[in-house]
Amino acid sequence: MTAPVLEVRDLRIAFPTRTGDFARPVDGVSFILHRGETLALVGESGCGKTLTSLALLRLVPAPGRIEPGSRLDFEGRDIMGLDADELRAIRGKDIAMVFQDPMSSLNPVFTAGAQIIETIKAHESESTKAARDRALGLLREVGISDPELRIDQYPHEMSGGMRQRVMIAMALATEPGVLIADEPTTALDVTVQAQILEILDRLREIRGLAVLLITHDLGIVANRADRVAVMYAGRIVEEASTRTLFEAPSHPYTQGLLESVPRLTGPVQSLKPIPGTVPDPARWPAGCRFHPRCPKVMARCRAEDPSRLALADGHHMACWLAEETAR
Amino acid sequence: MSDHRGLLEVVDLVKHFRTTGLFRTTASPVRAVDGVSFTIAQGETLGLVGESGCGKSTVGRTILRLEEPTGGSVQFEGHDIFSLTPSELRTLRRRMQIVFQDPYGSLNPRMRVGRAVAEGIEIHRLAPRAEIPERVGSLLAEVGLDPDAAERYPHEFSGGQRQRIGIARALAVEPVFLVCDEPVSSLDVSVQAQVVNLLAELQRARGLSLLFIAHDLAIVRQLAQRTLVMYLGRVVETAPTESLLATPRHPYTQALISAAPEPDPTVTRSRIVLGGEPPSPSAPPSGCAFHPRCFHPKKDTRCQRERPELRQVGDSAAACHHAE
Repeated sequence: MTAPVLEVRDLRIAFPTRTGDFARPVDGVSFILHRGETLALVGESGCGKTLTSLALLRLVPAPGRIEPGSRLDFEGRDIMGLDADELRAIRGKDIAMVFQDPMSSLNPVFTAGAQIIETIKAHESESTKAARDRALGLLREVGISDPELRIDQYPHEMSGGMRQRVMIAMALATEPGVLIADEPTTALDVTVQAQILEILDRLREIRGLAVLLITHDLGIVANRADRVAVMYAGRIVEEASTRTLFEAPSHPYTQGLLESVPRLTGPVQSLKPIPGTVPDPARWPAGCRFHPRCPKVMARCRAEDPSRLALADGHHMACWLAEETAR
Repeated sequence: MSDHRGLLEVVDLVKHFRTTGLFRTTASPVRAVDGVSFTIAQGETLGLVGESGCGKSTVGRTILRLEEPTGGSVQFEGHDIFSLTPSELRTLRRRMQIVFQDPYGSLNPRMRVGRAVAEGIEIHRLAPRAEIPERVGSLLAEVGLDPDAAERYPHEFSGGQRQRIGIARALAVEPVFLVCDEPVSSLDVSVQAQVVNLLAELQRARGLSLLFIAHDLAIVRQLAQRTLVMYLGRVVETAPTESLLATPRHPYTQALISAAPEPDPTVTRSRIVLGGEPPSPSAPPSGCAFHPRCFHPKKDTRCQRERPELRQVGDSAAACHHAE
């Protein structure tokens, strides 16, 4: 495996609650992202996946804060220890982000080209002419036909898919090593979603980008990610290579998720939903947070929080069943 | 058992929206629905799929006359929906109900759930006042909610539970036909499965007919015996759902299936990645509306000139000159 670019250790994010207490929507998340790989962070709404990605650039919205003891290392540099200027240099330059809704992250009063050129010039001293040429190249790279026409258009003149391409072009403008893509295709139609995923894949391959793909959709993960980390209630409950995760899902939550997704192939079977609903971050259940919904719950699960255990090389899960298997 | 008499017959449905802006007095209308025909038998579920802007939701809303049609006709239990007087329409509305995508937006936040479910029963005088609480209780139980839900407000429920409330509310007036407009698309997968199963169960137990509108083919497959694929206001293919998935005849259907993300890395479908995006329904391309994005090897000038009509190909009816 190639060198780690981003290392997250024991990330905790706290929000004050109305009762004067703290909610921890992200509560002890650890993972490593390597160069040239796509790691998918998968989970349902409220599991903490988006907050985790925002924390990587220290963009957690107030009054939330990253708790002391959380470690974030980017190429060996401690992100938690950076001052505002150093942080700005990393944001957008070394680590870029693409969000679900490109319309709200693009400025409606500037053309696509102006926004890409501004990004280039914010991080590098280049002439406007040179920056414009690079912007054209980037638009071409993300599959925009007619870049000479599109570069002078405003976001509202473009379709959703095109805007997402512009966002990706902008993210690439500073040649980042890490691209965080937070539900980049959720707002798009499936035929357009396929195009965008194809582009992300190509960029990873050609540029050696490390991609952190944040999604709720196991379907897009199956064909696009090298590794998958499944999040539930503020924690990573299972992590494995994509192949292993889909072939031998081990955490009851991962198993439940996979069984509740309808499929296009194979015989039609009635779906097996996970009973109950996702818990509230202000009131995580005691013990294992999945225990109230778990079909394999044991007495111990209600009281004791399972720690992360290795099942095999590169395959971890936080579930007491792992200990049973190991015995 | 379902009988195959058409419960609902839609013929050549057309719905255009006029767009008039501040600086625009005459604009070409948005052809949201442009000549759609289908029937639904008693006890049958018909899936209606397509991408955003294809007109699928407008079809659902127009056949219930939540939108006034531009043309065409809809027969429901032998009544011509579009020529009913307002009071006749009100009576018939009891027989046909709709479940929306957004359970948050379709419930009154200040109305207790019990009241929301009882409303339809009271309006249509379906039960004596004294029996209403009992009716509400059994409806809530039928959709899998605790009886004490009746005393609570919508904000106290999760998305999945709110969708159950929406379904209970629709069922309260004992409809025979239900339009489900993307009823699970805003729910998390684990919860989505609960609601899909609930709809399947209710459909069987009550012998309901469903028009199930969705963008997700895999969900449609769980519920619909037959499926209709729309593109830019028109039907491009219709077939029994399993045939549609196994041997899609229209290139657009093929692309749609190919692009659908399957949670299984061993499934390697030939990946068709369409170029471009659906064009605007206010200026649909000439001939076959799909031709600018079509990848069919036999695509020719006829596709640009002549609009293909639906024709039988195997188990399917496909609107493509070259479907085989």
